[in-house]
Amino acid sequence: MKKLKYSQGILDAFHYLLDHHKEFFVIGQGLWSPWYVGSTMKDLDKKYGKERVIDSPVSEIGVTGAAVGASIAGYKPLVVHPRVDFMLLAVDQIVNQAAKWRHMFGGKSSAPATFRAIINRGGEQGAQHSQSLHSWFAHIPGLKVVMPYSPKDARDLLISSVLADDPVVFMDDRWLYDEEESVENDFELIDLRQVKPNILKEGNQITLVGIGHSSKIIMDAIGSLENISAEVIDLRLLNPIDYSVIIDSVNKTGRLIVVDGDWSSCGIASEIISSVCEEINPKSFKSKPVKITLTDAPAPTSKPLEDIYYINPKTVTNKILDSINEKID
Amino acid sequence: MQNDIFEKLGNNLFKQLDFKDFDSKELRKMLFKMLLIRKAEEKISDNVENGVIKCPCHLAIGQEAIPTAISELVEKNDKIFGAHRSHGHYLSLNLDTFSLFAEVLGKVDGCSSGFGGSMHTIDIKNNFYGSVPIVGATIPIATGAALANKFDKNGSIAVSYFGDGACEEGVLHESLNLASIMKLPIVYVCENNLFFSHLRIDLRQPDLFTSRYAKAHKVESLVIDGNNLLELTKTLKYIISKIRKDPKPFFIEAITYRWKGHVGHRDDNDVGVKRSEDLKFWKSKYPIKRLTEGMIKNKLISENEILEIKNEINHKVDSDWQKALESKFPTDNLLIEKVYS
Repeated sequence: MKKLKYSQGILDAFHYLLDHHKEFFVIGQGLWSPWYVGSTMKDLDKKYGKERVIDSPVSEIGVTGAAVGASIAGYKPLVVHPRVDFMLLAVDQIVNQAAKWRHMFGGKSSAPATFRAIINRGGEQGAQHSQSLHSWFAHIPGLKVVMPYSPKDARDLLISSVLADDPVVFMDDRWLYDEEESVENDFELIDLRQVKPNILKEGNQITLVGIGHSSKIIMDAIGSLENISAEVIDLRLLNPIDYSVIIDSVNKTGRLIVVDGDWSSCGIASEIISSVCEEINPKSFKSKPVKITLTDAPAPTSKPLEDIYYINPKTVTNKILDSINEKID
Repeated sequence: MQNDIFEKLGNNLFKQLDFKDFDSKELRKMLFKMLLIRKAEEKISDNVENGVIKCPCHLAIGQEAIPTAISELVEKNDKIFGAHRSHGHYLSLNLDTFSLFAEVLGKVDGCSSGFGGSMHTIDIKNNFYGSVPIVGATIPIATGAALANKFDKNGSIAVSYFGDGACEEGVLHESLNLASIMKLPIVYVCENNLFFSHLRIDLRQPDLFTSRYAKAHKVESLVIDGNNLLELTKTLKYIISKIRKDPKPFFIEAITYRWKGHVGHRDDNDVGVKRSEDLKFWKSKYPIKRLTEGMIKNKLISENEILEIKNEINHKVDSDWQKALESKFPTDNLLIEKVYS
């Protein structure tokens, strides 16, 4: 066993992939820079060479399209977008091309590229430097969306994403980079098709579902609720979702709160709640399902507004208490 | 418009075909390809008109020479990408009218198993890696395939087909820049047919020549008569053999003209912009007409032999069409099964 930091987990995954898979390469902005992608890709270019670790022009759609093309030609590229916001310039290649490439050619080809998008927010960065938009991407058939919360998942699911035969949007969150976890030394090689939501903590009074960083918010929120038996589920894979784990849990607890660090409207929190409601007996709910999300507004820059914009663990704690105390007539 | 084009393209663009370096067998093979593409597109056009084909079909009648020339130069591991007007690109590589017909009919024997229609054709075995209708979308994809070729170090190249309309997309600029700085082995083939959909190039761009974008990125380029099969073949042979040895991008701008409207069977001659007069001129520069007349004049083929080739093609096209009509539709389960691996 060893202690693994989230950011180190990502770096370890890159070392593993570059060591073991000669068809793997990475391309994107800032890869030869010490500060662009934090410590998650430190010195990869020095060890593996600038031909496989390619710093690129400021051309999101061109570079993403090139990765899509290389994946169609048999390589396993990963494109780095240091901020989700800028990846939007490449959406045609991700949504129109890679996601549909297998289906629209009747399974005769595929574009298994990985699009790594880093969620990088807070710090008064504002509307165009703070987005996550994972629900947007999870809306698209053909695209897989992976959002690791734990350091082990950051490491192992990055490898799974790259080795998958489907295009994957892999989103890691800078707010999680310093999280630590005890893990086995060895990588666990997981087929992305087998990935289900992960039960972080078992309980029988309330089901709490998180996605990426919001799973950490939930874990922080329940720290002060020793008397409540909460079951915490980390979603991990946003598309396609295996709902059975969540449905089983809600059947047991009768209560559901989804915490999602993105907007509410047409978001993944609504999707999870509706999918659960469709599958279980309404009478088994002991309280109304709740979603806790960002306010439906662009990210502000002003500090006091930022403080109310992002989800506070205290809000989650209070909603858990409300849900436990709620009586449905 | 016609006179303007002459002034700007220069009177030297349209030359007599020069048969010096070609033998009769090679010429007949290329003639067969062009005639097959033409006949297949006529078959599709007729069946769009009578309602049997429902999917949008963008026909390239008039532009047969460019893919025919390129297809003759393809080697194992080359990767070719098309766009919305790609029946000719596809057929030039495999002559497989059956799989194209089945595809436009949405049948399971189609090249994309009936999931693509006219706008999504593929035949990887014969170097055709896919065509898609989002304008300019395959330009960076082909650029990435060229990056794969560069990694493979086996002298293979990528080819990206697109039109003058796609040159108005920013992604062309990003791709040319990337290919130039990374020295990627790719031929960008701009089939400049002077129209985007209904709108003529002089109403959209300040200059007729799209190759100016290549110059801006230090990518070598050439403007060529896209209706002169022999000049295309000779020139591309030289360019492609150079790129195989010394990887770098090349931009070829082939000036041509499509006879039909943007989509479907109609001529749409005077929709948006009047072009009836222009079309008359371009029909006189039709690549198949120029090749057959030249071959007859140079005694490389007889009228009778041309008729025999046409009969063979008519028979193939009719029987492949009939077979495609009899092919089955994809089963319902495939709708979801083909989404993920």
